[in-house]
Amino acid sequence: MSAIPPTQLRVGRTSQSLAPATPKVAVLDLWKSFAGHEVLRGINLCVYEGDSLVIVGGSGAGKSVLLKHFVGLITPDRGHIVVDGEDLTRADPRVSLEIRRTFGMSFQEGALFDSLDVFENIAFPLRRHTAKSEEEIAARVHECLDLVHLIGVEHKATGELSGGMRRRIGFARAIALQPEVLLFDEPTTGLDPVTAAVIDRVIVEMRDRLLVTMVTITHDMRSAFRIADRIAMLHRGEIIVDAAPELVRDLADPYVQKFLAGEPTEEEVT
Amino acid sequence: MSDELAAAPARWLIFERIGKASLQLFEEVGRFFYILHSTIHWSFRRPFDLQQWTKQMVRVGVDSMPVVSLTAMFTGMVLALQTYRGFERFHAESFVGSVVSLSLTRELGPVLAALMIAGRIGSSLAAELGTMRVTEQIDAMHAMAVEPIHYLVVPRVGATTLMLPPLVAIANGIGVLGGFGVAVYLMGANPVVYWEKTFQYLDLNDVFSGLIKAAVFGLILSVTGCAKGFFTTGGAEGVGRSTTAAVVMASVVILVSDFFLTKILF
Repeated sequence: MSAIPPTQLRVGRTSQSLAPATPKVAVLDLWKSFAGHEVLRGINLCVYEGDSLVIVGGSGAGKSVLLKHFVGLITPDRGHIVVDGEDLTRADPRVSLEIRRTFGMSFQEGALFDSLDVFENIAFPLRRHTAKSEEEIAARVHECLDLVHLIGVEHKATGELSGGMRRRIGFARAIALQPEVLLFDEPTTGLDPVTAAVIDRVIVEMRDRLLVTMVTITHDMRSAFRIADRIAMLHRGEIIVDAAPELVRDLADPYVQKFLAGEPTEEEVT
Repeated sequence: MSDELAAAPARWLIFERIGKASLQLFEEVGRFFYILHSTIHWSFRRPFDLQQWTKQMVRVGVDSMPVVSLTAMFTGMVLALQTYRGFERFHAESFVGSVVSLSLTRELGPVLAALMIAGRIGSSLAAELGTMRVTEQIDAMHAMAVEPIHYLVVPRVGATTLMLPPLVAIANGIGVLGGFGVAVYLMGANPVVYWEKTFQYLDLNDVFSGLIKAAVFGLILSVTGCAKGFFTTGGAEGVGRSTTAAVVMASVVILVSDFFLTKILF
C-alpha cells in the first residue's frame, strides 16, 4: 500500500467510476431469484485489492445471498462473478475450486465443526490443502490464534466457547490458508456492543497486518463505519449507494438517512 | 349448476395434491441419485481420509454389533420355536435346522440387520449432516474448497456399505446358534441331526447372495440418510423431520428392493 491513508485513496471511488486498478473481484449484472421472488436484481460491484468493502442493508435485502455467490455457494440466474479476470460462474470445477481457495469466509455464528476442537478446526483447511508437517500446522494454528488474540484455547471444544470467541475462531480458520480475499457474514450480529467493538478491532487489525481484500456484510452501521473503506448499500436487491463512509454519512437520500438513524420507512412499517 | 361450480375447486384440489406429491417424489428420487452419483464420483479422488473411514467403520460395524446380534439371536430363537411347533404336526422336526439357516442367511439376517442399522445409523447420519447443514458447517466446508460430499458422505456411505456384510455374516451365525439352542435345549431336538440339517441344504450361494443383499441395503440406507441430512432445511424442526424421514424411507426402500433383489439373486 502507498503512504496515503486507505480511506483518502478510495474517497468517492465507486464501481461505476473509472477506477485505474483492475478489480480483485467484480460482480457484473448479478440476478438471483428464489421461488419467483427476485432477491438480487442486477448487482454491479467491484472490490479492489486491499479494499475493505462493507455491504449494508436491512434483513432480507439479499446481503447473505450476494456474499454466498462469491464462494460459489449459490449459482446466479444471470450475471458474472469475476475473480482476478476469471469468471467464477463459468469456470470448470477444478478452476472454481482453485479460485475458492483464495477466499476465506467467516460465517455468522462461526460455523465451527462441532466434532472437532478449536485446534482441529483451524488445522482443517491446512490438512486438506497443504502438505505441512504437524509442527508446521501447529505453528500456523498458533499464528492464526495470535492474530485473533485467542491464545490458549486450542484444545477447547467448540461448545465451550462464547459467541464472540466462536466468531474469532471462525476468523482464525478463515485466514489459515492465507487467503487473498476475506469474507465476513454478519460478524457482529447478536453480540453485545462491547464484544462487537472487539470483533471490529480484530477485523481492522487483520486488514492492517495481512493486507487482504475484505468484504463484510452487516446491518450494524456502527460496525460498518469502523471497518469500511467503502460502503455499499443493498436495498431490495439493488445497490443504491456505493461510496466512501464519510460520503455515505452525508448523503441526503432519505432512505439512507433513515437506515443510518435506525428508523423504519413508511413502507417498512406497513 | 351452482353446486357443480362450488364442487369444482375441490376436484382441482385433488389434482393439485397429486401433482405436489408427484413432484415431491421426483425430488426425493433425484436427491437420492444425486448423492449416489456424487459419492461414486468422489470415491476415487484424493485425499483418502483413513481416519474418517476408520471412525465410520467402527461406528457402523463395531458399535452396532450388540443390537444386531441381539436381534439375530432372538429371531433365530423364535424361528426355531415357531417352525418346531408347526413341523411337529407332520413329524418333520428334523428340518427345523434347515428352515432356520435358510431363512436367516437368505432373508431375515440381511433384512433385519439392515432395518436395525437404518434405525441406528441412517437416522444419525441424517441428524448429523442435517445439523451441519442448518448451522452452515457444510457451507463453511464448501467455502474452504473442501467438497462436503468427499469429506462427509464418501466415508459414511463407504463404511456402511462395507460393514453391513460382515455384520450380517456374524448375525447369521448368532441366529443359527440361537435357533440351535432353542430347538435342542428347549424343544428336545437331537443336536447331531439338527446340526447336520442346518448345513445339508445350505449352499454357499445362499450365504453370498444374502451378503450381497446386505451390501446393497447398506448403500441404500446410508445414501438415504446422507441425502436427507444434506438437503435439510428449516432449522431444528427440519433436522427432526429429516431424521424421521430417513428411517421411514430407508426401511421402505429396503423392503421393496428386497423383493427385487431376491428375484434377481435366487
